[in-house]
Amino acid sequence: MNALYWWLLLSFLLFCIGAFGVLARRNVILVVMSLEIMLNAVNLALVATANFRAGAKGAGTLFALFIIVLAAAEVTVGLAIVIANYRNRRTVQTDTFDELKG
Amino acid sequence: MEGTGYMKIAVALIPLLPLLGFIVTLLFGKRWGKHAHIFPVAMVTISAVLSVYGFEWAFRHQEETFVWNAFTWIAAGQFTVPWGFQVDTLTGVMLLVVGVIGMLVHYYSIGYMHGDEGYYRFFAYLNLFMFAMFVLILADSYLLLFLGWEGVGLCSYLLISFWFRKKSASQAGKKAFIVNRVGDFGFTLAMFAIFVATGTLQFTGVFEAAEKGEIAPSLMTWICLLLFTGAIGKSAQFPLHVWLPDAMEGPTPVSALIHAATMVNAGVYMVARSYPLFIQSDTAMTVVMVVGIFTSIFAAYIAITQNDIKKVIAYSTISSLGLMFVALGAGAWVAGIFYLFAHGFFKGLMFLCSGSVIHAMGGEQDMRKMGGLRKKIPITFWTMLIGALSMVGVIPFAGFWAKDEILGATFIDGYYLVWAVGLLIVLLTGIYVFRLIFLTFFGENRSDAEVQAHIHESPPVMTVPLILLSIPALGLGLLVGVPPESGWLHGFLEPVFFDLEHEPFTWIGEGGALMGVSLVLALVGIAIAWWLYMRQTDVPGRIAERVPWAYKASLNKVYMDDIYAVVPVGATLGFAGWLWTFVDAKIIDGAVNGIALLWGWIGDRLRPIQTGRVQNYALYVFGGMIALVVVLAWVWGS
Repeated sequence: MNALYWWLLLSFLLFCIGAFGVLARRNVILVVMSLEIMLNAVNLALVATANFRAGAKGAGTLFALFIIVLAAAEVTVGLAIVIANYRNRRTVQTDTFDELKG
Repeated sequence: MEGTGYMKIAVALIPLLPLLGFIVTLLFGKRWGKHAHIFPVAMVTISAVLSVYGFEWAFRHQEETFVWNAFTWIAAGQFTVPWGFQVDTLTGVMLLVVGVIGMLVHYYSIGYMHGDEGYYRFFAYLNLFMFAMFVLILADSYLLLFLGWEGVGLCSYLLISFWFRKKSASQAGKKAFIVNRVGDFGFTLAMFAIFVATGTLQFTGVFEAAEKGEIAPSLMTWICLLLFTGAIGKSAQFPLHVWLPDAMEGPTPVSALIHAATMVNAGVYMVARSYPLFIQSDTAMTVVMVVGIFTSIFAAYIAITQNDIKKVIAYSTISSLGLMFVALGAGAWVAGIFYLFAHGFFKGLMFLCSGSVIHAMGGEQDMRKMGGLRKKIPITFWTMLIGALSMVGVIPFAGFWAKDEILGATFIDGYYLVWAVGLLIVLLTGIYVFRLIFLTFFGENRSDAEVQAHIHESPPVMTVPLILLSIPALGLGLLVGVPPESGWLHGFLEPVFFDLEHEPFTWIGEGGALMGVSLVLALVGIAIAWWLYMRQTDVPGRIAERVPWAYKASLNKVYMDDIYAVVPVGATLGFAGWLWTFVDAKIIDGAVNGIALLWGWIGDRLRPIQTGRVQNYALYVFGGMIALVVVLAWVWGS
């Protein structure tokens, strides 16, 4: 077992925690936070791989940087939607958002 | 022979003018109002003059046949049918009948249909009929003949159901059309068989092949029988006669023109035209004769008890057509055409007279409510009497010579049973025709006082055609049919019926004796009618009580309509109903609706998946992702 394995395992666990949060939490803010955890899990995997695998160094880090930028933008838009939605409904509970049901 | 210039123009215009009259009248007739008759009547008049010219041409060129192929009508590979006309002596006779009677009926209609809301429509249809009938008799191929054949059938339908707001009239029109389809089915099959056997449908080609013996005898019999099936439908022979009595729902001029003088003769004409085919099949000839004689006696039996003046004449028409087929079947071809010729005039006359009677009685058709009209409508009475005497066969009227020739031919050829039945028909004809005359014109008038006050003779536009038609009904026989068996008409038609044997007629001897017998029977029939309906007026009722089954069978047309209502009509309706309520409504609709319902049901089951919560959807995506990874791992791993 080399060190990369443990980094990837950590990344996997973080991803699963984030995914669970996205799917299971009922508070939109927590869902967005879980989303961030998932993104950072991916970042971790990319950076770790870049560090331990020769030849992939530049690319992995670069991807991580892109994702950080995109995550920042995403959070901005996401939280704006949450606030707009909160103004209309006075709630951030996701199980009340079911107008689109068939 | 290739036609000469004038004849070409005449033959082209004879059918074209009525067609033009039809189109123009249909388009503009409504605007012309009560003047709508002028144009179509003018067209038919010119056409009639030209058809007399056509007859005169045939008269001058008896040994020749005028042939003119105007243009190629159908060309498909080896198969070509030109739009071709031919005039020989047989066509000449038909031209005279159709042209002259058609024209007179048009004039008569001006008076009869006066004030009808469909005035222009009536004349348009009549013109279309004239076009189709001229095409039928001028055609030089079976296919073109069939075009005219169907055309007259269409016009018959349109004119029977002319007063279509009356349920019975529209039903009668439908009935005529559908019953004729049955016969046409045979005609088309015959055409297929002829084409397969000879490769052509033109008369000259077909008849040449037949004379060379290129058609096998058994096939020939089938062709003739199938052609005759067509004739049975069109000429209202048993068992397809049922449409003709119902066709009396149409206006009376239509009954006179289409259902007595011209269209119903088309079957006789077609069989006569196919003479070179029929003489090769004794079986077919016998069938023609048997069907003819049976129809004739059958219709005469029914005619005796009918109370509707037009129904009586309709059944007598069926009876007369039967006699024509007897003549053709017995090999007395000229006698058959002679009877057709004479019948066209006297039966057309009888119908027009009955129309005049109905006109006088304010629409009443039931003879039980007539009577005593002799003094009030004298012209109608005298002309109808001439028609009746001609019909019954009293010397020297036209019908006598024609009918006598047919009966004589059956006797001389040894068909004694047919001859005996024929004599019975003569007797019955005498009774029912003069029953009509006595009930209508003699005795006391039995209608309401109000109707009686309005009884009037028809206007000259109606009575003049009656007088003109009564001339041939009276004198045609003397002119063309005397002496019997070798009169002028025989010589005239000899080029068409080239193979006939002649036996010189003997006034003193067999021929004269046969003539005497049929004349005596006709007079006895008239006397019986006089005794039953003028002297002992209670006797008919007593006879009806004595043999109620015979009376009721006759009154109810031997239950033919009831039988048809059950067997073909009932079965067809039942089958159609089953197709509708079961096959269509259950199976076809069931399958279509079932598929729609299935998807609806599946959709309903799938609806709960759409919760509207984004997290549930994300779960599905996630689950799908995992499933995909597992599958891919399994695939790549193995």
